[in-house]
Amino acid sequence: MAHATGMKYLKQDALPHMWCAGCGNGVVLGALARAFEELDLAPEDIVAVTGIGCWGKADDYLAVNALHTTHGRALAYATGVKASNPKLRVVALMGDGDGATIGGNHLIHSARRNMPLTAIIVNNYNYGMTGGQFSATTPANAFTSTSVGSNPERAFDICELARAAGANYVARETSAAGMKLKNRIKEALEAPGFSLVEAISPCTTQFGPKNNMRRPVDMFEWLKAKGLPASKYDKMVHPEQEGFFKTGVLVNRDAPDFITRYEAMRSRMQAGGRE
Amino acid sequence: MKKNQRLIQGNEAIAFGAFYAGARFYAGYPITPSSEIAEICSRELPGLGGFYMQMEDELASMGAIIGASLAGSKSFTATSGPGFSLMQENLGVAIIGEVPIVVIDVQRSGPSTGLATKPAQSDFMQIRWGRHGDQAIIALAPATVRECFEFTVLAFNLAEKYRTPVVLAPDEIIGHMRENMEIPEPGELPVVERTEPQGEPADYRPFCFKEGCVHPLANYGSERIYHVTSSMNGEDGFSNNSPENAARRVAQLHTKLDAGREDIVMTESFDVEGCETLIVASGAPVRAARSAAKDARAKGLKVGVLQLKTVWPFPELEIAAAAKNARRIIVPEMNYSGQLAGEVRKLVNDKNMVRQVNSYNGQIIFPAQIAQAIQ
Ligand SMILES: Cc1ncc(C[n+]2csc(CCOP(=O)(O)OP(=O)(O)O)c2C)c(N)n1
Repeated sequence: MAHATGMKYLKQDALPHMWCAGCGNGVVLGALARAFEELDLAPEDIVAVTGIGCWGKADDYLAVNALHTTHGRALAYATGVKASNPKLRVVALMGDGDGATIGGNHLIHSARRNMPLTAIIVNNYNYGMTGGQFSATTPANAFTSTSVGSNPERAFDICELARAAGANYVARETSAAGMKLKNRIKEALEAPGFSLVEAISPCTTQFGPKNNMRRPVDMFEWLKAKGLPASKYDKMVHPEQEGFFKTGVLVNRDAPDFITRYEAMRSRMQAGGRE
Repeated sequence: MKKNQRLIQGNEAIAFGAFYAGARFYAGYPITPSSEIAEICSRELPGLGGFYMQMEDELASMGAIIGASLAGSKSFTATSGPGFSLMQENLGVAIIGEVPIVVIDVQRSGPSTGLATKPAQSDFMQIRWGRHGDQAIIALAPATVRECFEFTVLAFNLAEKYRTPVVLAPDEIIGHMRENMEIPEPGELPVVERTEPQGEPADYRPFCFKEGCVHPLANYGSERIYHVTSSMNGEDGFSNNSPENAARRVAQLHTKLDAGREDIVMTESFDVEGCETLIVASGAPVRAARSAAKDARAKGLKVGVLQLKTVWPFPELEIAAAAKNARRIIVPEMNYSGQLAGEVRKLVNDKNMVRQVNSYNGQIIFPAQIAQAIQ
């Protein structure tokens, strides 16, 4: 089989994209489009719901149904789309500010509900679009435009959050590993219930230069050095793990999703069971 | 007794009106005095093949009903002041995205948490101007339980016809009041369904920015692939930053409602012919106004009542016509600032002819208070 290009899922007349040189968003977008193609999904059956931010502009380049919403709320809109027509394949594309900071509550509850959606969060450790302020995933002590004296706050681990809240499928890769990312997105799209892929990605205009990674390639090197598969990461003992993150599939379970549970409730009601 | 005669609550009538109109998706977050609507939806929608979703907050509720509507379900939510405040940003998405949804705001007393269970009519301005950005919206306010049912059906019809959010804004009195009403049979009230777009699927444009234009909406999952965005967009639904496009886009959001004005703006007059005193009211105060007007007429005074069934767009022409011979206009409403009175004042040269009767302590307006203003 020829390599998937994903081109039929992209709005080609909108390219080249607006993201900065060295930004990882293009890699994630490519991985998403290729995953669609390898799963042979019909563009009319896909709805891409986006929030606000650099990654939130991904819908500008997608030739599938799309709903570009408000900052932090993509998962809420996606929930309505999915429940209204469960046959649709719904992906929510969000930045770390979007998906895990202002929209953290919707992330928790989408995972808890086990809503059959796929969230793809590009974590570039800051608010790229608004000039590189710190977000809930900015590492402690990192420098951003609103933590010039270093970040006094601690960071969220998005994947741990999703796991604890009940997501069926959780994976993390970096945009330095496009092929792995595509494979994780494919698995997420096929997983029952709520699935989340976190793509750790360089912000080469804001976060990198402020944190001693002046050139785009510096951040890619950093991602490659810091992201470790379970085989390596799990062998480390505290505090060695500090500063590293685990990549690969982190959670894979098949608890019944919201729609399945709702339909079971509907059947019980119709059978005259307890209201 | 007629077959479908029932003693029901305003909020119940709203829920049943929504089902009658074909609403099959509800997302909300409970709040007094609207919660009965959520409870009825959770009980009835599964059996109707629909979905009741209890979201994590009102921001999510508004997002969910917009998503659900675009995926093909007539969708709605119900809330009150604090929740309505939280819905504003996402309500703006439904406006720019031209998404048909219905929002029930059972108005309670504020500011903030205020008198949480008491009636008010202090959200009229928030309904009209509560979001950032320039825009127009439709709002209806029932004064009886039957109107709760009928206006809900109408709200869904207008939402579909004009591709816009419609706010139904009963006050707590109307939402919680019980009256006898005959539940309409299927087919008795018109129900507007979404019109399927025509033409080649590949040529489908989700929007049309010609003056007064309302373009048919496709559903996600149909053969017509399309984009909706909260950003300024072109007729193809993709981002577009050109000033010419933005001007046409913003204008059309207004002109589509201007073009439908006759269809949208509803008032009812009671003895306004030749009246010297005109009472302009909406919601529960209509009832007190009619009672006060009746007593005044019995004493030989020429007093008429104009009920504003539609609050937004404001019924300017109807008020001007009803006030033709009036020397005085009385506007009773359950707020301090005179949100409706201010609009009425804009229509007359002699600002002093508009008299306000306001209640802002969580109490109903009594006929006697209006009678005093008639003197
Ligand atoms: C309610 C609201 N608050 C603030 C903003 C301003 N804003 C736009 S994008 C953004 C942050 C984006 O950061 P992130 O979600 O991490 O995505 P990135 O741009 O890094 O891809 C902010 C704060 C907004 N659009 N809406």
